[in-house]
Amino acid sequence: MSSHSIANLRSVTGIPTARLVTWWVIASEIFIFGGLLVSYVMHRLAHPEWAIAAANTNTKAGAFNTFVLLTSSLFAVLAHKAADAEDGPKAAKFLRLTALGGFMFLTVKGFEWAHEIKEGFVLSSGGFWSFYYTVAGLHGLHVLAGAIIMLVIASDAAKNRELPRVQCIGLYWHFVDIIWIFLFPLLYIAK
Amino acid sequence: MSSESRTEAAHIHHPDYVKIWAVLVVLLIVSVLGPLTGIRWLMLFTAFGIAIVKAYLVAKNFMHVNLEKRWVTYLLVTSLVFLAILFSGVAPDIMRHQGLRWENYAAKKAVESGSQASAKHE
Repeated sequence: MSSHSIANLRSVTGIPTARLVTWWVIASEIFIFGGLLVSYVMHRLAHPEWAIAAANTNTKAGAFNTFVLLTSSLFAVLAHKAADAEDGPKAAKFLRLTALGGFMFLTVKGFEWAHEIKEGFVLSSGGFWSFYYTVAGLHGLHVLAGAIIMLVIASDAAKNRELPRVQCIGLYWHFVDIIWIFLFPLLYIAK
Repeated sequence: MSSESRTEAAHIHHPDYVKIWAVLVVLLIVSVLGPLTGIRWLMLFTAFGIAIVKAYLVAKNFMHVNLEKRWVTYLLVTSLVFLAILFSGVAPDIMRHQGLRWENYAAKKAVESGSQASAKHE
């Protein structure tokens, strides 16, 4: 038998409170990342030299990371499906695969950044690089936080505990995926 | 699982997620190949048009936004509307470097020095 915290039992609005909070977090994240992306687009259109700087980003690494995040999103939603079927161990397995995707994403990013820094492109190299490291860095922190939380939830899910949390962390993860879906063309394709 | 959560879960129809993932991967490949054509409008379409389609597919099929209570959509749309207001309010100052009685020397200098620095790095 599964056990649930009060956040998953209460649903005054018709949505369980835990999921409601997740949607609020996502709405606030839209402002954080949206503000950054909108600022980037404005500056990118006004500064033609940013296109020259953007030509130095590694499209192959960006594309591979997009593939990794899309695949991890698949695992996250399969975890949700397993949780709906009250199959905690299966949900936990998919959550761990999702987290693995997150760590793989960060590893690729680490190699990518190390190469770029070695080439002399650092935070202070110009407007483009300043935005590049800020946006991609903030996104990377979200990936790291999501992967860690996912492992914590997986350990509960493996024991069939707190299964509604699986959907909540999945929602967050898909949102982080959507942010990258927009970052990829902005930072790697539009050169 | 509480009876309420159980009822809700029973209502969620889980589509073939692997098929949706395959479509997303194909779209990713198209967006990477787009710039290779060298056609600017096609590159912009394959990059940003496809990004919007991919985001829609993830939001609809993985996040199930369409199955949530309607005001979740209102919440998300409101956030996007505020972003549009931010853009339209700030864009005229950022995207232009001079107007009728003003000139943004710092931005102009940044364009000039940025172009030189990038050219030197090449």
